[in-house]
Amino acid sequence: MSLLKEPPPGVTVDVDQAHTKLTEWVVHMEGASGTLYEGEKFQLQFKFSPKYPFDSPEVIFVGEHIPIHPHIYSNGHICLSILTEDWSPALSVQAICLSIISMLSSCKEKKRPPDNSYYVKTCSANPKKTKWWYHDDTV
Amino acid sequence: MDSDEEDYLYACDSGNESSGDDVDVGLDFDSGDESERSGNKYSSSRDTNTNTEDYPYEVLSTEDITRHMIECIKEVNSVVNIPVTTTRILLNHFKWDKEKLMERFYDGDQDKLFLEAHVVSPFKTTNKPQKVAVKTSNGMEECNICFLSMPSALMTGIECGHRFCTDCWTEYLTTKIIDEGMGQTISCAAHNCPILVDDHTVMRLIVDPKVKLKYQHLITKSFVECNRLLRWCPYPDCNYAIKVQYPDPRPVMCKCRNVFCFNCGENWHDPVRCHLLRRWIKKCDDDSETSNWIAANTKECPKCKVTIEKDGGCNHMVCKNQSCKADFCWVCLGPWEPHGSSWYSCNRYDEDEAKQARDAQEKSRAALQRYLFYCNRYMNHMQSLKFEHKLYASVKEKMEEMQQHNMSWIEVQFLKKAVDILCECRQTLMFTYVFAYYLRKNNQSVIFEDNQKDVESATETLSEYLERDITQENLADIKQKVQDKYRYCDQRRRKLLEHVHEGYEKDWWEYSEP
Ligand SMILES: [Zn+2]
Ligand SMILES: [Zn+2]
Ligand SMILES: [Zn+2]
Ligand SMILES: [Zn+2]
Repeated sequence: MSLLKEPPPGVTVDVDQAHTKLTEWVVHMEGASGTLYEGEKFQLQFKFSPKYPFDSPEVIFVGEHIPIHPHIYSNGHICLSILTEDWSPALSVQAICLSIISMLSSCKEKKRPPDNSYYVKTCSANPKKTKWWYHDDTV
Repeated sequence: MDSDEEDYLYACDSGNESSGDDVDVGLDFDSGDESERSGNKYSSSRDTNTNTEDYPYEVLSTEDITRHMIECIKEVNSVVNIPVTTTRILLNHFKWDKEKLMERFYDGDQDKLFLEAHVVSPFKTTNKPQKVAVKTSNGMEECNICFLSMPSALMTGIECGHRFCTDCWTEYLTTKIIDEGMGQTISCAAHNCPILVDDHTVMRLIVDPKVKLKYQHLITKSFVECNRLLRWCPYPDCNYAIKVQYPDPRPVMCKCRNVFCFNCGENWHDPVRCHLLRRWIKKCDDDSETSNWIAANTKECPKCKVTIEKDGGCNHMVCKNQSCKADFCWVCLGPWEPHGSSWYSCNRYDEDEAKQARDAQEKSRAALQRYLFYCNRYMNHMQSLKFEHKLYASVKEKMEEMQQHNMSWIEVQFLKKAVDILCECRQTLMFTYVFAYYLRKNNQSVIFEDNQKDVESATETLSEYLERDITQENLADIKQKVQDKYRYCDQRRRKLLEHVHEGYEKDWWEYSEP
């Protein structure tokens, strides 16, 4: 809810959609200036289960433009531990967006994860079903 | 402490000495009525042939086990003074070997120890996140999960200082316990906070008895598994455990009435011993037996070994495996070529090449036939035992019917007794086939097989009697017959077991390794 009032810079919620469907949100995001993603526009899709916030939301990049990043697969799945293992019910949508923005901002080289083609072929549509083997955070 | 906390798993014993630190070691169990709470003692089981009087054991409920575990933790805690939950996790890490824990605690690198066991060192205050300041206004606080403002009394915090409303905590813990099956280590609900929620807090916040039970089961699971004197009842969804004074392959009966072997956890399996039973079960589960069965009932292509079933009258077989397409003769299994144009007859049956192929198949067939012989009988009794409850129900009906025909309650009890004995006989017989399968033939094994045959046929007769219609005319007659038969069965079954036990003592039994 606080995301609607005070979104982090470069983040807007698709308000119309959020109001029609509370279990599914689309968040528009813009690459921060001074980073490799400056000026790029992305869309993040959030799906909330009835058990949210005790169960983590399903978060993926959707739309035409999926950021090219070592932790983001070409199908939009994101390898980020707070989305599964390290999820806490005290994390807000805002906090997730901030984590993803900072993940993008700290990137030094635009490339896909090394196992991208294999993963995209074999994974489930729901990224939460993936047993993530978290990539090194420093990349 | 509120008085309504009395029934929580742990009651905080305020009289207990506690260390000077913030550390909560005061968790204590209210041991007021210890004797009343200890599990019911069972000293007899359905299997009356084994003398259970000399093998005392107790059936422990999840709460009894938890209590038992806490005593164990307290013992360690009286020396090491760290939070109870941390001690539990450390003990778990060392498979509940207290000495090993003490040794590592005092002689080794403590930081490394805590790291290995994945717990936060209770001594390292620098490692802990800073205590969270509580924002209050007018005695109201905001919960960081549901964002509702609550009176402080409805908020709960743990050691790290993170506070959430009681409902959110309960929901969080329930999700961890029920959905994720997590019990050993549940960390704080705040993001990135490694502090573990202590058992006391969990038990205080969880109200649903089902969730409580699951939590206790989860935290005691390995305590029981690591303890030589404890074993979980293997019956599905049964949460009781058996506690013995010394481990032994003996029958024990759970509160759920399941009778099992304390040593291996299988159904009570006299006369066969645990290790042979284990081998048998593995064999039965093994896929190779299934493929063996196929080998015996079909034939294999002598070239590519693919399984072939004959689907026509012609003996000229062409393997359907596209990459093989071998031509061979169904009768002799030799290559087809030399058969030439004699389509319907084979006169090459004794030639070497063909003979070898057949011998290999014969051998596996013989071994298989033997296995199937024992397996069928074993399965047959197992199957019949599965209908045990049905039999008890139908016999109960008969007993009521007979009571309407001028028989007293006590006079009809023989029928129930007959079913008891029938079931005992089937159970014993079932396992005699496992024993017999591995047994090498000698003079004693012949006697054993005679005994087995005797019990088997008497048991089948008794079974027939019980299924037969009982009419008013033949009542007295039937009663006499049934009683005679079950006495005979019981007596012969005991005889058979005694003979096998004597053989164990005198080393008569030799096993083959099929
Ligand atoms: Zn709350
Ligand atoms: Zn915390
Ligand atoms: Zn049981
Ligand atoms: Zn056993």
